[in-house]
Amino acid sequence: MKPFTFKRAAASDDAVRAVAARPGAMFLAGGTTLVDLMKVDVLTPDTVVGVGHLGMSTIDETDDAMVIGATVTNSQLAWHPVVRDRYPVLAEAILSGATTQLRNMATVAGNILQRTRCSYFRDVHASCNRRQPGSGCDAIEGFNRGHAVLGVSEHCIATHPSDMCVAMVVLDAAVHTMRADGTTRSIPFDELHQAPGDTPHIEVALEHGELITHIVIPHLPAARRSHYLKVRDRASYEFALASAAVVLDLEGDTIRSARLGLGGIATRPWRAIEAEHILTGRTASDDTFRDAAEIALAGAVGREHNHFKIELAKRTIVRAFASVRDVSL
Amino acid sequence: MREATTDRASQTGVRTTLRVNNTTHELSTDSRLTLLDALRDVLGLTGTKKGCDQGACGACTVIVDGQRVLSCLTLVAACEGQHVVTIEGLATGDELHPIQAAFLHCDAFQCGYCTPGQILSAVCAVQEVHAGLPSHVTPDVRQTVNASTLTDEEIRERMSGNLCRCAAYPNIVAAVRQVLVSSGARSAKEDGHEALHV
Repeated sequence: MKPFTFKRAAASDDAVRAVAARPGAMFLAGGTTLVDLMKVDVLTPDTVVGVGHLGMSTIDETDDAMVIGATVTNSQLAWHPVVRDRYPVLAEAILSGATTQLRNMATVAGNILQRTRCSYFRDVHASCNRRQPGSGCDAIEGFNRGHAVLGVSEHCIATHPSDMCVAMVVLDAAVHTMRADGTTRSIPFDELHQAPGDTPHIEVALEHGELITHIVIPHLPAARRSHYLKVRDRASYEFALASAAVVLDLEGDTIRSARLGLGGIATRPWRAIEAEHILTGRTASDDTFRDAAEIALAGAVGREHNHFKIELAKRTIVRAFASVRDVSL
Repeated sequence: MREATTDRASQTGVRTTLRVNNTTHELSTDSRLTLLDALRDVLGLTGTKKGCDQGACGACTVIVDGQRVLSCLTLVAACEGQHVVTIEGLATGDELHPIQAAFLHCDAFQCGYCTPGQILSAVCAVQEVHAGLPSHVTPDVRQTVNASTLTDEEIRERMSGNLCRCAAYPNIVAAVRQVLVSSGARSAKEDGHEALHV
């Protein structure tokens, strides 16, 4: 690990100023991404500013939303009674990821800002445009079984690894931040993460030093009929090969509205808006869900080892929707 | 902003006060030091094991402020004011913690390297079950789980953060089940306080 100065911020604005003042400074919350990547020299901050103790760790309910502090842990959120009751897709997504030890450490903001698990990104001796702009991408012609098929570019096909974010994007979460000049803003979840395009090293629409303070999830009664289905190589403690976060609002057999998020197959938490639109007003049959799955994966680009994910994702979508259709509330 | 440095000449030095097994320590360390290395190399508590050192195996599991975490991915500088329980702090004098006794009774280990992490993880897993908290394999996250009817699949999922290269898994599951059944009558809160001495 490269040497760094550790600072304990006195307050959120103090932390923001400390990181904004130094190009090489980074925030530290749960540490499950940062400490891990510092050990392998992928991240080499010269200053680390701890924010885990700043009190951004409560979950509050307002009349029309749930407000989640940035350093609420993944466990805290998944096990919260309101989340389990009203947003099962979110509780299920979080519980399907990592292990209890990691979920106890990892914060919600840290989960949102976690880095890809692409093995070439993690290996400083490999070519990776995300880690070192312009160096190339060893994954495109390499071992890319776990890589993305949606939102890819010729410069990067790294998968966004989060389960939680896939639920957040279908729930229309908003990410609230504080900037160095003291201003705050709210960023729609679907606009936070950037597809790689020509600039895979730019992963999120945040300025240097901008701190996530909380996440707001609007009330969504339909989310009581929601589900996160994750398909992976092992039964536990493994990233998704394909996953689907679904919300289904039914009137009898007819779909009033539907939401679909995809994980394990995309470069960013993926919202399949067009697929959602064609579901509206149709009968909630497996054939209908298959039509939506075809649309959701229409733009998919498979590589040598990950082509199977395209069909796998379609079947995951159908199964996820079918299971929420069939559940009795 | 408080510069957490102890020495102007050493910008990477940091002072941290934390409690380990009910003893308060004031440490002056390099900022890069992990909690795992602090426990083993600075405090001499070598019961906590270094397996992968990258957050994958669970051998370094300790309990911080009542939650099981990985000490290899925790900077000791980030533990200011926190309470750490290691395997050395689990027994009460010569009286083993029920999980320790169950591991012995069920022969839940072979080489023993993963065992401290397994035991600390199991202590928390049992508390989580008594609190009714669901896991990934719980059929409905709205439901609370019941210790006496918990499936082996549930125990395996809850213990999946601790790898055992000797594959002592069946006996580890048996040990966790034994404690779940025997402690079923106690409330999670009581159990937590007894277990963690907090």
